[in-house]
Amino acid sequence: MADKILKELTIKVWRQKNAKAQGKFETYKINDISTGTSFLEMLDILNEELVNGGTEPIAFDHDCREGICGMCSLFIDGRAHGPDDDITTCQLHMRKFEDGATITIEPWRAGAFPVIKDLIVDRTAFEKILQSGGYISVNTGGVPDGNAILISQDDAEEAMDAAACIGCGACVATCKNSSAMLFVSAKVSHLAKLPQGRVEAARRAKSMVAKMDEMGFGNCTNTGACEVECPKGISIANIARLNREFLTAKIKD
Amino acid sequence: MTVLNSKIPAGPLAEKWSSHKAAIKVVSPANKRKLDIIVVGTGLAGGSAAASMAEMGYNVKAFCYQDSGRRAHSIAAQGGINAAKNYQNDNDSVHRLFYDTIKGGDYRAREANVHRLAEVSGDIIDQCVAQGVPFAREYGGTLSNRSFGGVLVSRTFYARGQTGQQLLLGCYASMNRMIGQGKIEMHERNELLDIVIIDGKARGIITRNLVTGEIERHGAHAVVIATGGYGNVFFLSTNAMGCNGGAAWQAYKNGACFANPCYVQIHPTCIPIHGEQQSKLTLMSESLRNDGRVWTPKKKEDAVKLQKGQITANDIAEEDRDFYLERRYPSYGNLVPRDVASRAAKERCDEGFGVNETGKAVYLDFKYSIERLGKDVIEARYGNLFQMYEKITDQNPYELPMQIYPAIHYTMGGVWVDYNLMTNIPGLYAIGEANFSDHGANRLGASALMQGLADGYFVLPYTIGDYLADEIQVPRIDVNHQEFVKKEKAVTDRMTRLYNIKGSKSVDSFHKRLGNIMWEYVGMARNEDGLKLAIKEIQKLREDFYKDLRITGDYNAMNIELEKAGRVEDFIDLGELMARDALDRKESCGGHYREESTTEDGEAKRNDENFAYVSAWEYQGEGKDPILHKEELVFENVKLTQRSYK
Repeated sequence: MADKILKELTIKVWRQKNAKAQGKFETYKINDISTGTSFLEMLDILNEELVNGGTEPIAFDHDCREGICGMCSLFIDGRAHGPDDDITTCQLHMRKFEDGATITIEPWRAGAFPVIKDLIVDRTAFEKILQSGGYISVNTGGVPDGNAILISQDDAEEAMDAAACIGCGACVATCKNSSAMLFVSAKVSHLAKLPQGRVEAARRAKSMVAKMDEMGFGNCTNTGACEVECPKGISIANIARLNREFLTAKIKD
Repeated sequence: MTVLNSKIPAGPLAEKWSSHKAAIKVVSPANKRKLDIIVVGTGLAGGSAAASMAEMGYNVKAFCYQDSGRRAHSIAAQGGINAAKNYQNDNDSVHRLFYDTIKGGDYRAREANVHRLAEVSGDIIDQCVAQGVPFAREYGGTLSNRSFGGVLVSRTFYARGQTGQQLLLGCYASMNRMIGQGKIEMHERNELLDIVIIDGKARGIITRNLVTGEIERHGAHAVVIATGGYGNVFFLSTNAMGCNGGAAWQAYKNGACFANPCYVQIHPTCIPIHGEQQSKLTLMSESLRNDGRVWTPKKKEDAVKLQKGQITANDIAEEDRDFYLERRYPSYGNLVPRDVASRAAKERCDEGFGVNETGKAVYLDFKYSIERLGKDVIEARYGNLFQMYEKITDQNPYELPMQIYPAIHYTMGGVWVDYNLMTNIPGLYAIGEANFSDHGANRLGASALMQGLADGYFVLPYTIGDYLADEIQVPRIDVNHQEFVKKEKAVTDRMTRLYNIKGSKSVDSFHKRLGNIMWEYVGMARNEDGLKLAIKEIQKLREDFYKDLRITGDYNAMNIELEKAGRVEDFIDLGELMARDALDRKESCGGHYREESTTEDGEAKRNDENFAYVSAWEYQGEGKDPILHKEELVFENVKLTQRSYK
């Protein structure tokens, strides 16, 4: 698995000064990148060169660099989080690219995620959806013993599968309708699968769906693209569950 | 001069917290509505504190530098959270958790704080379950547990390898509920750059809006720092890229004492460094040591072949493998505490037994547990960690042992706080990793999550009332007060100074240089000459930084270089204080290993007679030496012994 050196890469990257400015692609060359380098480290190196040359570095969101915080959000060569499966951009490594390649980097593209600068987008819309109902209404203190609520292992596992969502927005960026259904359904499913969450399941589903529509996300047309690009493998079966939860709630109204 | 009063309640250890709670003041619901609290940082400590205090009725303003509270680095904690539930019937108890934590911290933490932590640990699990945290369950529906390093019971609760994520999403959901109800005012992409003190009390903060570049003033009746640790002083660490010591450092520069800065935890199981271009290190959860065996070759010639890539681990016969942790520490084996495991790995690699091309790696091997339990069981337990490892290294850990090496992970040191978690500045609090109080000189695995949530859910919401009860007459803080004006100007001057240096080197180049100095001289092994040299080198680095820093881009806009410059400026100062503290502490304890203080068989040797104190440093102004205050540690309930895991 010895690392090789990629002698030259061409990086085509979206540059946009701020939310109001017109953006455009800029092209940069970068040399001698080890295949063991992560994609974001490659951008660090490019940025170091830009700063040394007196230009402003490329702004991109990133933080934990181990695939869990959900901050990184690049659309690379037409794929959310780039050409590998079940990873975030920060886990992508340069061994996935050939020497001499041209790599195109864009921000998430969705009406509900406006660009703030270069590759950084505003995902506040996700926050608003969660604030509208993505929780169990319980105050600190005065709760029963952890083992007083028995939960079958299957239910706990299914809830965990849905709860693994990192809120990166790859599903929205990938969906041709910019739908947030996978994101919303993951939270609704996680809580609906647990007895603690059932109590207000109906209210939650209605409220989160209403907020999702209000924030300008598109609708789901079952293409399944979101599931393919989700770095955490969140299944679209969750969307089916969301639909069921939502319909049951509406019928009862 | 500042006099530190730890305010530890009198009475028997097990009754201190209850008697303290009964004695402290409480604020009425009608008055809580009139009081504002600023919480900086939205990790487990900040998030749980913000949500709990908002639920109680206070007006909370929460701040984070990320685009969402959910991104805080607590999210990356993998293995689990400890609690003395004794669900496994293995004779666990509050006292045992207390004792393990005090001993694990090498007797450099306060008894009273640690006991309180153990007392509230069970409530945390209940709270998280109620929020919908999907902890691992047994077939019968009860909660599962696993073991962690440094203990002999199973008390760690977990949600696959994503426990931190699930706990954080739990308190983040509670925060979201309060944001939705208007009880928390959330400020994302907003970074603290100074603290405003009026008549000796913390009354607000100055921040930089990271999107617009604007400097903002925010007032409150109390300010809570929950911004985590300063491990990124070392440049390479398991911390997130944005983690910084800025808020804690501003607390220090405004007069709050900084305690035990030299106590840094070096985590034994991280993915080794691959080369010069590396930006961060990735942790492999300590839980892996439950089922993985750590080894290096017995024969030097095998190690040399491994380093040259001529053979792989699988080519080394069973009898030629040195399971050095099991050999040196038969009773704890692979589950010795982190500091012990890290030093043992360094010792093997320094002796030339490292297993990769750099010679700085040892094996963590799952072959034996796969044989014993089957691949399915191992995959169910650690699947996501194995996947993460493979994505980074391009090696399959089911077939070849993982390669691991120690890396900077956590800082036990932090802002000095009293029993109420208040700093020596009235109204300024520090919670979670940002304070120093519970882990002594070494933190046990799965205890960071416990402490963050203990502080935020069950300690601060009570103790802050004791202070705020006397503030109910104080009207909403006026941000046009001259102190706000003065501090805003100071922040603007500081940032424009950095921006206008117009030198030739990037922020990262200085940060990397600092990291190298720190790792070399203030890392896993420290000695007097090295530490003195480190201080000189850091001072030289600071000079160069102010002469030759280059920041491109616009000042009044989002500027990622300017953000980093402020953080690195703080790291340079922090690094120097860490070296000073390490120099003062002429003993080895926990993560602080002084080469001058070792036992005959090379283990760390404490010196209780001269060093059983908390070092609390007080800032004296730019270019002046800080003053060292010593808070004596009194042990009435445990007997200090040389820590042994043999």
